[in-house]
Amino acid sequence: MTETFRLDGTDVPFEAGETILQAALKAGRFIPHLCHHPEFRPHGSCKLCTVKVDGRQAASCTRLATSGMKVESETEELNAERLALTQMLFVEGNHFCPSCEKSGDCQLQATAYHLGMTNAHYDHFFPNRPLDASHPDFLLDFNRCILCSLCVRASRDIDNKNVFGLAGRGMASHLIVNSKSGKLVDTDFSVSDKAAHVCPVGVILRKRQGFFIPIGSRTFDKKTIKEYVDTRLGEED
Amino acid sequence: MNLELETASHPENLKRVAIDPVSRVEGHGKVTLLLDENNRVHQVRLHIVEFRGFEKFIQGRPFWEVPVMVQRLCGICPVSHHIAASKAMDMIVGAVKLTKTAEMNRRLMHYGQILQSHALHFFHLCSPDLLFGFDSDVARRNIVGVAQAYPDIARKGVLLRKYGQEIIRMTAGKKVHGTGSIPGGVNKSLSADERKSLLQEIYQMVSWCIEAVDIVKRLFEQNAQFYSQFGRFDSRSLSMVRADGAMDLYHGGLRARDTLGEKIFDHFDYRHYWEVISEDVKSWSYMKFPFLQSLGPEAGWYRVGPLSRVTNCDFIPTPLADRERREFLAFDDGRASGATLGYHWARMIEMLHAAETIKDLLHEDDIEGGELMAEGGERAGRGVGVIEAPRGTLIHHYRVNEDDLVIRANLIVSTTHNNQAMNEAIRQVALQYLDGNEITEGLLNHIEVAIRAFDPCLSCATHALGQMPLEVVVQDFAGNPVSIASRSPEGVFSSR
Ligand code: SF4
Ligand code: FES
Repeated sequence: MTETFRLDGTDVPFEAGETILQAALKAGRFIPHLCHHPEFRPHGSCKLCTVKVDGRQAASCTRLATSGMKVESETEELNAERLALTQMLFVEGNHFCPSCEKSGDCQLQATAYHLGMTNAHYDHFFPNRPLDASHPDFLLDFNRCILCSLCVRASRDIDNKNVFGLAGRGMASHLIVNSKSGKLVDTDFSVSDKAAHVCPVGVILRKRQGFFIPIGSRTFDKKTIKEYVDTRLGEED
Repeated sequence: MNLELETASHPENLKRVAIDPVSRVEGHGKVTLLLDENNRVHQVRLHIVEFRGFEKFIQGRPFWEVPVMVQRLCGICPVSHHIAASKAMDMIVGAVKLTKTAEMNRRLMHYGQILQSHALHFFHLCSPDLLFGFDSDVARRNIVGVAQAYPDIARKGVLLRKYGQEIIRMTAGKKVHGTGSIPGGVNKSLSADERKSLLQEIYQMVSWCIEAVDIVKRLFEQNAQFYSQFGRFDSRSLSMVRADGAMDLYHGGLRARDTLGEKIFDHFDYRHYWEVISEDVKSWSYMKFPFLQSLGPEAGWYRVGPLSRVTNCDFIPTPLADRERREFLAFDDGRASGATLGYHWARMIEMLHAAETIKDLLHEDDIEGGELMAEGGERAGRGVGVIEAPRGTLIHHYRVNEDDLVIRANLIVSTTHNNQAMNEAIRQVALQYLDGNEITEGLLNHIEVAIRAFDPCLSCATHALGQMPLEVVVQDFAGNPVSIASRSPEGVFSSR
């Protein structure tokens, strides 16, 4: 007999060892998230996936599902918090959607749409983060990094290269490139790396692609973030 | 020529009038007049605070992002910047020749832009002055007034603009901040359905453009003397022309003519524009003053835009617009073709040309083609893109390093090219109409009418109803305000 927990009033089945988020997504139930990726171990940093488990907040991407637990996700309160977190992500970096080549393919933008975000609400930090354009095929635009660590995990766990790392703490944390010069060109990063294709926003960019895909044909012109997550799961199986 | 009005010889005895229209589009403009106690004009200056921070802003950005990013430069014609930057980046990626389909779609986008911008400029922003009179009731002198008194004209103006915007949406992906034009080509071509829907309406658009030309023509016929003389000055002109001398708003070589119409240079390769055009700096203005190098800063200023283009080319390569061009040049022994208000006539001729060009492009099967990108060629470190934007020649110039980042940018926009010319126009108007008179709202509007003939962005671009807030301060020589006249954004004039 499969075990279940209750998510917003309906039963969700799970297998032992699955997190709330994994089980929910598998059952076609969407919980907003940014630093979770089905292929990697959870990181639990963006907190967008926060739910209430038996009345107490928890990150659904790290919390294991247990039988009979009562989970709330689609509540006004939780979505308001998710919206605020998303707005903070926008003001902490430099996200100018109209001129960003990742626009329409960006999970942060799609999540913002999903949450009904219409403005940034908070004051922009306008951080000064120079680009790393040293690599012949890839550009790093740190202005848009949301520190989800997906590239770090992909490079370390799948590519076995350890090209990226997170350094600093709190407000000072930032993405670094693990080479002596700190430049991407001095690593063995390559197009075929998993880390080259995993960034949910517009940091790790294939050079000279830019706006090659016309408006109307981009990922989120055709799908919502929920549909995107569903198909991504489908590809896994 | 009124260079003597640029700087008064004895400013200490004069009072100062400042007209301070605020526009959020391209910085803002301000007009200052120095008058003596008899209201005689001694000095007239148009100051434009140009927003050059942009050149800094794109430094360090990847070159392929620039054509999209530069669209923020202008609220009225973002597509012009989109295309000019793309042309510069074509050079960077070594795309010497675009595919047929790519060039056609870019042209379609550009001529759609000309259509919508010219329609906006004429119908929304200028027709109230022209149809009601420059000092007519200010409460009515706006597009709402036009819609009430001339509903048919207003409606066609709105629909012409909408059609142009539709073209932009289809070719660029969005009405504003589209992405259609990319270094080396385009990212989409017109679909069969889009082409069909545009074709359905294009003949209607062409005929409305003919009517629009007729509106200006009739105004000139009814008041030839006034229309020809208002703010009139002699000037050199600059524009791009096609290799055979035809008007071409997308591509060509630079041609400049002197005040008598003789060519100063012709078919000059714009990739070296700095060999013929320099920029002068004046202490009293933030905006630079470009000039033709061979003539020097004093005598080398020129005008750009519809009037220059229509008079500079040898012919317009579409029949209806060319017939109108010839009529324009012949009108009143050629007097209209040198007039400041001749800009409007020329603008409507160009709008007709744009509609005809769109019609021709829509009949080409290659507009639906699948070859979107040119073969990349040899990488270059420098890219220059020039187009004839709605308001005039637009130059984008970039240096890109080996890592693909922009290290330097220089943009010369139409407003800058016309800086001196607009100063000349308002000096003329000040002498013709303000000199010796008490300042009234209607008289101030004469100055705006002259500026608006060149450029709507300066005066009222973001004020949808064609009104701009204005304040005129008459000061004594010590800088103390003697009187203040102002006009609110709602058009209410007050003086104290
Ligand atoms: S670069 Fe992208 S994938 Fe890596 S931490 Fe930043 S946002 Fe995440
Ligand atoms: S997805 Fe759970 S914390 Fe980011």
